[in-house]
Amino acid sequence: MLIDKAMNVLIVDDYKTMLRIIRNLLKQIDFNNVEEATDGVEALAKMRTNNFGLVISDWNMAPMTGLQLLQEVRADARLKQTPFIMITAESKTENVIAAKQAGVSNYIVKPFNAETLKDKIEKVLGHG
Amino acid sequence: MADGMMSAGGMPLQKRLDELRAEYPAARPDLVADVVRAVLSTMRGDLTATETSLLGEVEELGRTIATAKAEIAALQVSDINARHIPSATDELDAIVAHTAAATEAILETCETLDRVAGEVSAEMAQALQDATTRIYEACSFQDITGQRITKVVATLKIIDAKVAMIVGTFSGRRPSDVVSAPAPVMLENGPQLPGQAMDQSDIDKLLASFD
Repeated sequence: MLIDKAMNVLIVDDYKTMLRIIRNLLKQIDFNNVEEATDGVEALAKMRTNNFGLVISDWNMAPMTGLQLLQEVRADARLKQTPFIMITAESKTENVIAAKQAGVSNYIVKPFNAETLKDKIEKVLGHG
Repeated sequence: MADGMMSAGGMPLQKRLDELRAEYPAARPDLVADVVRAVLSTMRGDLTATETSLLGEVEELGRTIATAKAEIAALQVSDINARHIPSATDELDAIVAHTAAATEAILETCETLDRVAGEVSAEMAQALQDATTRIYEACSFQDITGQRITKVVATLKIIDAKVAMIVGTFSGRRPSDVVSAPAPVMLENGPQLPGQAMDQSDIDKLLASFD
């Protein structure tokens, strides 16, 4: 199955530097339509007004965390099928289990490398 | 009061009280204290050896607490609350700001290299991209260090609040600015120290176990 690299990708992180890094790494693997949000509330608003083929979100943000964003997305009939990758420094077992139970598509722990990001994207978009 | 009790000077207590009453019709605090001491002194005779020892220990404990209170009251707690902790958190905030600025500059340079890669041979372009990819990966340190510093600042605030509370309790005066300890947030632990949490392969295995 071919991945549609023209799809809109939403990246969510409260660190502008991380948004810039992830955007550049996505660009290197030919995802050029990238939107940014700095917390869950902004991300959810963007998801409700635009179509995104993939969400890549941090966990630790205020006022809405990445986990809360994921729960909102999975509870929304129109958004619930959206592939959702968590990229976070939260690496405790309880965090991974909570994310999985909330319906995360994949989970990347920071610091991560470009190969891991590419691999997880391919997996959640059905090519891995 | 039992007959025959002796005052601190060896005189029968009742007699001493009568004399005092005759000599000083209006009660004076120092004389009342004298009487109380006399009463306590007479009580000692009624106590067992264990009770006397216990009383001695309680008195010693009281003196220790009084000394501790005096020493803590003499501490410059306002310096801790007003100067040391805010200064430490300001320094940490400055570290975050400086590393963020440096990282932004590095990223900007990488983006220039990525643009240049489109104008050179395929082989050189690939070499440039490989290099910038490594730099992008390395720059994510700024996020991790930022989160670690945020945890340190939160810990400093807790220490600040606890010190202020202890000193306020013992010194009998309120610290100028008591900071409330932040409530812990569920499942927001931040970056873990090496060996204390899972790496990517552990997480992949855990996720696979759900399938």
